[in-house]
Amino acid sequence: MDFVVATDLEEALDALGRGALPLAGGTDLMVGVNAGQRPDNVVALRRVRELRQRNGQRIGAGVTWRVIEDEGPRALAQAARTVGSPQIRNAGTLGGNVGTASPAGDGLPFLAAVDAEIELTSREGVRTLRWDEFFTGVKETARRTDELITAVVLPAALPGRQEFAKIGVRNAMVIATVACVVTRADDGTTTVALGSVAPTPIRIPEAEELAKTLSDPGSAALDEFQHLVAAGVRPITDHRSTEEYRRHGAGVLARRLLTRCLREGAA
Amino acid sequence: MTAPPSTTLTDHVTGTVNGIGESTVRPDGIPKLQGSFAYASDLETEGMLWAATVRSPHPHARIVDIDPGPALAIGGVHAVLTAEDVPGRLLFGLEHPDQPVLASDVVRYWGEPVAIVAAEDPETARIAAAAVTVEYVVLDPLVDPEEADTRDEVFRRIRIRRGDQDVRGSVVVEGVYEVGMQDQAPLGTEAGLAIPDGEGGVDLYATTQYVHADHSQIVASLDLTAEMVRSHPTGIGGAFGAREDVNLHIHLCMLALYTRRPVKQVYQRSESFTGHVHRHPARLRYRHEADEDGRLVRVEADVLIDGGAYASTTSAVLGNACYFAVGPYKCDNVNVDGVGVRTNNPPCGAMRGFGAVQVCFAHEAQMDRLAAALDMDPLELRRRNALATGDALATTGQRIDTPLPTREVIDSLVAMPMPEDDDSEDPLRLPGGTGLTTERRDVRRGVGYAFGIKNLGFSEGSDDYAQARVLLSPQGAIVETAAIEVGQGLVTVVGQIARSALGIGNVEVRHIDTSRIGSAGSTSASRQTQLTGGAVLAAATALRDRVLTEFAGEYLDDDGVWRDGELVVPYAELASGGWEETTTFRHPPTEEPDENGQGTLHADFAVAGHRAIVDVDVGLGLVRVVRIDTAQDVGKALNPESVRGQIEGGILQGVGLAMMEELIVEGGVIRNPTFTDYLLPTVLDAPDVEALLIEQEGSWGPHGAKGVGEPPTISSTAAVAAAIREATGLALPRVPIRPEHVALEGGV
Repeated sequence: MDFVVATDLEEALDALGRGALPLAGGTDLMVGVNAGQRPDNVVALRRVRELRQRNGQRIGAGVTWRVIEDEGPRALAQAARTVGSPQIRNAGTLGGNVGTASPAGDGLPFLAAVDAEIELTSREGVRTLRWDEFFTGVKETARRTDELITAVVLPAALPGRQEFAKIGVRNAMVIATVACVVTRADDGTTTVALGSVAPTPIRIPEAEELAKTLSDPGSAALDEFQHLVAAGVRPITDHRSTEEYRRHGAGVLARRLLTRCLREGAA
Repeated sequence: MTAPPSTTLTDHVTGTVNGIGESTVRPDGIPKLQGSFAYASDLETEGMLWAATVRSPHPHARIVDIDPGPALAIGGVHAVLTAEDVPGRLLFGLEHPDQPVLASDVVRYWGEPVAIVAAEDPETARIAAAAVTVEYVVLDPLVDPEEADTRDEVFRRIRIRRGDQDVRGSVVVEGVYEVGMQDQAPLGTEAGLAIPDGEGGVDLYATTQYVHADHSQIVASLDLTAEMVRSHPTGIGGAFGAREDVNLHIHLCMLALYTRRPVKQVYQRSESFTGHVHRHPARLRYRHEADEDGRLVRVEADVLIDGGAYASTTSAVLGNACYFAVGPYKCDNVNVDGVGVRTNNPPCGAMRGFGAVQVCFAHEAQMDRLAAALDMDPLELRRRNALATGDALATTGQRIDTPLPTREVIDSLVAMPMPEDDDSEDPLRLPGGTGLTTERRDVRRGVGYAFGIKNLGFSEGSDDYAQARVLLSPQGAIVETAAIEVGQGLVTVVGQIARSALGIGNVEVRHIDTSRIGSAGSTSASRQTQLTGGAVLAAATALRDRVLTEFAGEYLDDDGVWRDGELVVPYAELASGGWEETTTFRHPPTEEPDENGQGTLHADFAVAGHRAIVDVDVGLGLVRVVRIDTAQDVGKALNPESVRGQIEGGILQGVGLAMMEELIVEGGVIRNPTFTDYLLPTVLDAPDVEALLIEQEGSWGPHGAKGVGEPPTISSTAAVAAAIREATGLALPRVPIRPEHVALEGGV
């Protein structure tokens, strides 16, 4: 196996150009290795300082969950807290989560909710893709193999209210059965994004439209909102949960998060 | 049978530091915390090779050809062995030898070993295992236990008929219940090191609960004399039943003898999930009939457990499930029909609670249903039927002649204070935990009770015994035993017993191999404190008495033998005198059941009760188990802290079965053999535990002690289920209870 420990971006991009698989925190890659996968060319990114920097709304791909848990925007920090154990959060990175593109990636619903962009760098230059251009399927993305995810770029202004929640079969260290982020701006603009209920993170435009008209956390129209979310997701049945429960959970969770946003707004 | 040892202690002796009744600190505790304790996976020696196992990717297939060529062509590979290389008996098994050391013609479960490999390092061994080419013809697997029953693919049937077949009750409740396949999931995976002795024999250091049973199976399969194989106790990171059966033991000995090199293996986590037996999944049909006053008049139960592909301990597990099918209650008219079926599912065997767990989930749900039908307090119903000393066990008719404080367990559990209502919005104290799913207003609280009973020690006519030796050495008194310490605390408690009996504080417990002492039996069935503890008490008491008689002494301590306030023989002199005593302790004999399942099948019993307090998010089906209170019949707590440790751990294992722990098996294939997907409770899922120890001496265990390892797991699962039923009003006839079982019927 060819293994390079890159110390700067140049070295990392060189290795990628030669077909290396990028290794960030290893919390996904090593699971694959334990399951028998044997990559023959790997580049370790942990010592690439450029990847660990944060500038305003630009979060370096190598920033760990542990840092985001303390310093990230509210709903992303809430998501970070649910990632594995403290040891995992000190290793795992936002960029790794984006690169793996698991339907259950804990950070992804937030990126969808705020229309984040993914910054990709290669020998040929830098390009940025909107989240919905980047995530193309179950563990599939628009990243070329010679490209490195260098940052996640959030919009300049984030919505004032944002709430994350995640359903799992136990109370910590669990893969999401359903994850949800609801955001709300002062003008009532609402976004609803979910994970683990479709091949990629998804938004529910119909529910967002309805939510825009709501302001009362006790509104009867919340039933319709919940229904639109449940109808809008595309979950599967597997050994972790059922399609029916995920659909139900998506609706309930989105409703609760919208209610929290509205309550906060009213207070 | 050996007479129960004297339990009278002189005043002097009860004053011994770290004797019985004290919460003596574990001698292996600090090394384990510091990481310096050597577990089986830490063993190494010069010139060691590493083993790997080739496993079947099919639950049922015919082996057409095995080609070791591609594996042998890899540099550093020293051996590829198959069934043809097994020198002696191809089959092994704890109760019935029916399982091939390596599959020869047919594989009968997913992950069954087909070949073994030894190589210079573990990675090469794994690559070589993957390179062994096995050609299969895939066969249809039999995976439906009901179909197996119909086709008479069974390991054992049990038919219990007791009392009058015509007596009927006026109030009747029926139910069908299901228990999923739990795994013991010990943190230490299977591991071992086999070292050839250069004379055709072998020494094995491997994870186990029962070295002597391993030894006899290894000897048979290697076709060696008993003296040529020595099975050594080693450091074990948990067991819970998973380590009673042979897995890598014979493989490592074969490879060591073939290569003439020491051979080591450590199963990876996913391999561990296929490399040991599991708790039997069960389907239970019940009918309870009572009179208007709530007295049980008749109980009928159909018990079906899936033993998987090979026998393991299915026969004994089925026995327990049937014999404890009614729980700790009196009833004169009982019919139980039990079957343990053979399928192509993963083999199942021993796990903490051993059959009593599955039926407890069902009989306690039935008692709650019956109380509802009678419009009676469920605790009052249980009090009216509580089984006591002198009563007959409802199923087998056995007269119970050791203390059985069912009524005291019920009353003291009910009297324990309830926690105050929780109005905290701290997510860590709410269902969903760090997932932030739930606010206090989404929560309904529920409280549920359950009670369970189980036998202690081996039953049904087993010659159940333990041998132990106590000797006086210059380093102090030594206890020698082949009993296995798996983390439960045997190493602490038998030292305490020896100290109190001898009067000597300086006691060390040594785990020695099969060539140097007789069997201690298995570390299972909650039996070692009673059996090995009984042997140590008898040996230490006899040794003390012989020493005192020899020197006309009054008592013994670390300084030596004392008479009239004077030291008459200094300890150093004693220590060179070759003083030792070896004793075999047997519990009261038991019988095999007659054709109606009747007889004195068990040597002792323990009863325990649990009260679960849960917060349920009904909208999402998420649960937080807030607290579990328990009262447990322990006979005499020889080490109260260790007893509480067993209680807290056992309860958590019961909570795991209630809420999340299940191997998902589809078409014979385990879908979740990882800690990513086989979920164990985390600290955020662990309830607070309050435990009350009910001490009623009179059992044959040392100082009246009873085994304490299994009762915490038996009724804790049922109590959690009862509490969730109380919060939701749902029937919930299956464990684990998944979020969808609650939410999709409970509404928002």
